[in-house]
Amino acid sequence: MSALLDIKGLHVHFPVKKGLLQREKSYVKALNGIDLQVQKGETLGIVGESGCGKSTLARSIVGLQQPTAGEILFHGKDYAEASAKELHDMRRNVQMIFQDPYTSLNPRMKIGDSVAAPLKAYKKTERLESRVKELLELVGLNPDTHYNKLPHEFSGGQRQRVGIARALALEPELLICDEPVSALDVSVQAQVINLLQDLQKQLGLTYVFIAHDLSVINHLADRVAVMYLGKVMEKSERGAFHTKVQHPYTQSLLSAVPVPDPLLERGRERIVLKGELPSPANPPSGCVFHTRCPMATERCKNEVPALEPRGLSGQEVACFYPLVEKQPADAAKDPLYV
Amino acid sequence: MLQVENLHVHLDTPGGLVKAVDGVSFSIQKGETIGIVGESGSGKSVLAHSLMKLNPEPPALYPQGTIHFEGQPVLEMGKTELRKLRGNDIAMIFQDPMSSLNPVSRIGKQLIEAIQAHQKRPKQQAREKAIELLEDVGIADAKARMNSYPHQFSGGMRQRVLIAMALASNPKLLIADEPTTALDVTIQAQVLDLLKGIQEKYGTAILVITHDLGVVAHLADRILVMYAGKIVESGSAEDIFYRTSMPYTWSLLRSVPVIREGGPERLIPIDGQPPSLIDRPAGCAFEPRCPFARDACRQVDPPLEHREGNHSAACILSSNEFEEQKKQLEGVLTT
Repeated sequence: MSALLDIKGLHVHFPVKKGLLQREKSYVKALNGIDLQVQKGETLGIVGESGCGKSTLARSIVGLQQPTAGEILFHGKDYAEASAKELHDMRRNVQMIFQDPYTSLNPRMKIGDSVAAPLKAYKKTERLESRVKELLELVGLNPDTHYNKLPHEFSGGQRQRVGIARALALEPELLICDEPVSALDVSVQAQVINLLQDLQKQLGLTYVFIAHDLSVINHLADRVAVMYLGKVMEKSERGAFHTKVQHPYTQSLLSAVPVPDPLLERGRERIVLKGELPSPANPPSGCVFHTRCPMATERCKNEVPALEPRGLSGQEVACFYPLVEKQPADAAKDPLYV
Repeated sequence: MLQVENLHVHLDTPGGLVKAVDGVSFSIQKGETIGIVGESGSGKSVLAHSLMKLNPEPPALYPQGTIHFEGQPVLEMGKTELRKLRGNDIAMIFQDPMSSLNPVSRIGKQLIEAIQAHQKRPKQQAREKAIELLEDVGIADAKARMNSYPHQFSGGMRQRVLIAMALASNPKLLIADEPTTALDVTIQAQVLDLLKGIQEKYGTAILVITHDLGVVAHLADRILVMYAGKIVESGSAEDIFYRTSMPYTWSLLRSVPVIREGGPERLIPIDGQPPSLIDRPAGCAFEPRCPFARDACRQVDPPLEHREGNHSAACILSSNEFEEQKKQLEGVLTT
């Protein structure tokens, strides 16, 4: 079965000019060889810290960013080779939900008009008003009272609902969600997460869900890709997140998340990483994580580990020394293994 | 050490009088860590700023209530006394480490300034102290880093510099307003570790304000939960997390995803929005969103009542009644 979305060897480099005369060129390597597949109907979670390239990846998938190398196939069709007409159709099929519901809506446009905009752009103007009302209802807004309101009259959570309605207007197959809940208050976050889950079931949507919050990703995603400095470090299955984690980076990420449970928190052993994320303009040699890795050896400085099935679980991981899958005996000692 | 009694803080805005803090009482003992949890608009930042009378006046008004720091009434202090209090006895770190530093002045200069503002020390001594502080907060190669500008530092390092600055005069209380919200998780873990270390080393009391339940579970001995300008539940970390007695706290805990064995459960969101603080409806402020609300809740605004030990909650349901209701609802939700 061919995947809905197939990303092969994707590189995106941004040139930066340097030196007195701005003649020296160097590159910020935002994405450095990404391979990912997304099957129809599933949710692929992408998690990583700021600067790991996850937003560049999102922009590449919707075709807002030209790849430097590699290809992105949607239904087996490459963006770069598509004709203008095919591209028009592909863009309809892949929509995006943005992080900040405050800046992604035009403050002078009525909510109804914002949701209608993509329909007008694609000349689907038959029964426009009733379609917009249908969409508003779908995302849990009141189609009659909310239609003529302006964004400032809405709270953050309601605005994010408008953003979702707008993204769904053209009945896309694939939705790219770039940190859709991180700007929302905790109590409202859950409303939007549940809405996205319900819509997926109802409409058979496929999600690429990008977030820095591991617990949100773990909650929503069928498969998770962990990114660091423009590379995928590990791919993991749903629910396997804390028992089958093999990459030291994923493990340290996991141990860094504070859990809302005081006894657990006090008993946990934290792996606190040293230092900060290196600059993507000048990434470390070998394994890009070796400068902060607690287990790094000489080999890690010189050789690049490939992303391949390793260790006991057979999950794909880019590390020479994958952590062994936890045994029930170890699990008893690990408070996270409840 | 710090005693807040029935504090009211109002903000006089063109849209009306915002009752940001509406009758709050609590105290902080020497060397303890207190966490204030709440959503945006719950009044937690206004409350923290009032402890040093930092809210700009106008619009802030203090119509009622007192704050005593080591017996001294803070709200009655004049400019000179406040200047002594701020920075010397109580220091504060903020959410956004970039906007709290001067972008055109070197880190070292800003630190020396902060030290000399509170202590009469010759420049050379202040400089040595500054380097020592930077080393204390874990900045590598502190001596060379004194000459850097803020933009040359990453977010985590800037937050470390601000913590160093706050520690310059050995404060007795450190107020941290969302100290890690702008940081990545691995950097957040470093900063939380640092705060814990500082407390052990200097015995500083810490008041941490956050919306992240995980952060308070990690740091705090005692937790205050705020909603619509009031404290709705307070107690030890165990009381709040394991013996939750207020529907709002329970709803908050059930609405965040947690990584756990057996896969994720469906989240229970809190319907609706927090209420407007301008004209507060009669009755309990959480009533419109509360899954356990009953008629009486619309009439009575329950006060913060003592339960067991140091645990208090503001709800007309007793702890036992709430426990039963909770079980019923959880039963309905799982089936």
